[in-house]
Amino acid sequence: MLLIPCPWCGPREEAEFHYGGQAHVAYPEDPAALSDEEWARYLFFRDNPKGVFAERWSHSAGCRRWFNALRDTATNQIHGVYRVGEPRPVAS
Amino acid sequence: MSPRPPGADLPEHPDRLWNAAEPKSSYDVVIVGGGGHGLATAYYLAKNHGITNVAVLERGWLAGGNMARNTTIIRSNYLWDESAGIYEHALKLWEGLEDELDYPLLFSQRGVLNLAHSLQDVRDSVRRVEANRLNGVDAEWLDPRQVKEVCPIVEISPDVRYPVMGATFQPRAGIAKHDYVAWGFARAAAALGVEFIENCEVTGLRVSDGRVTGVETTRGSIAAGRVALCAAGHTSVVAATAGIDLPLQSHPLQALVSELLEPVHPTVVMSNAVHVYVSQAHKGELVMGAGIDAANSYRQRGAFHIIEQQMAAALELFPIFARAHVLRTWGGVVDVTPDASPIVGLSPVDGLYLNCGWGTGGFKATPGVGWCFAHTVAHDEPHPLAAPFSLDRFVTGALVDEHGAAAVAH
Repeated sequence: MLLIPCPWCGPREEAEFHYGGQAHVAYPEDPAALSDEEWARYLFFRDNPKGVFAERWSHSAGCRRWFNALRDTATNQIHGVYRVGEPRPVAS
Repeated sequence: MSPRPPGADLPEHPDRLWNAAEPKSSYDVVIVGGGGHGLATAYYLAKNHGITNVAVLERGWLAGGNMARNTTIIRSNYLWDESAGIYEHALKLWEGLEDELDYPLLFSQRGVLNLAHSLQDVRDSVRRVEANRLNGVDAEWLDPRQVKEVCPIVEISPDVRYPVMGATFQPRAGIAKHDYVAWGFARAAAALGVEFIENCEVTGLRVSDGRVTGVETTRGSIAAGRVALCAAGHTSVVAATAGIDLPLQSHPLQALVSELLEPVHPTVVMSNAVHVYVSQAHKGELVMGAGIDAANSYRQRGAFHIIEQQMAAALELFPIFARAHVLRTWGGVVDVTPDASPIVGLSPVDGLYLNCGWGTGGFKATPGVGWCFAHTVAHDEPHPLAAPFSLDRFVTGALVDEHGAAAVAH
């Protein structure tokens, strides 16, 4: 089980959190203008790196806030967490 | 006279089922991944299509990834026509596979129960039974009393959190010994000339003018006329080296076995609502699978709270398991698609073929996908049963949504 450092509550067990997948996926500004390929890319395609991944978590059994984390999917090490709206930090 | 050292009188090593090969400089077809799908594809390429200048590259040891980590459940009772087509094709091949490979597989058609725990489960299940029958897949709807007759150790009391309100039953479903399946395919493919190269990780796909020309590996460059990906959870990593993005997410999937017990469990029981699936191996272990860990990961281990939930579910369904001890837990990395159906077919690169996205359910498809994928590679066009599982369905919208259908746990 991961120990996830919530930026509001501090380190808590993974069981308190809800996973939100890849971070920084913006809703298209003009969805109707997208081609089928572009819409498919927005809807279905997400990064799947073996390495550092920027992802969303919700502390659903705690402060109930969403935040972002940089986690290495090859090791599960969390390099850092940051609040929504903050820029993605450079992975250490 | 000095004592004989330990091991001095052991018998000779038995004949090997296949011989590890040194990589040649080129092959007609290179298959990336020596798991069940890669081995089956190699076998049917040689057997059905006469293509024998084939190498199977495996980064670890043959069949040591998800082929060694699955819960060996075989069934074909999927809702949608497209799924029923390919899984039923696989099941029919399973039914003749021991003869085909001339190898024991411990294939046991002991049936599978998919439990319903709510009115919506019941409706979905009955619908799926009817859909299965229309597709020629054997299926029955059982009430709780009939469920108890098929599997006496299931708790059918109405006074539990998720009472058993009935189940679908596919009598032709069952289990097989996963290692034997791999060995059987490997032996048969080797006899037809296929080469197996272990400890050979593909680090890059070589592409020239939109056509694949070979692979870079940890054991050197290998030229190839065609490259077939059977890399399961690592498909995204390999495909990315050719600039191909795929709608896949890699997650750990866990399973566990109990200590060896007397035969108590005569069939296979699956429950989506409480999320556990259980059978008893020939040797005696109770084999149980969980759901995937939520977060993406390439670690072949999952979180313990997933196991706890899985055990809680198992205990409610099978109170008799309360005193059983867990012997071993493990995880594998599975590649999951947005519609819980696989991707099998052509890729944006000529001569490069995709077989991925099987998520939690690839084992049961092993002979079927080997058959269809070999056809796809040999003819450079999808086998009719694989055609619905093209990559472009995510653009056209023709999804095969087994997430929304019942029996999505594999």
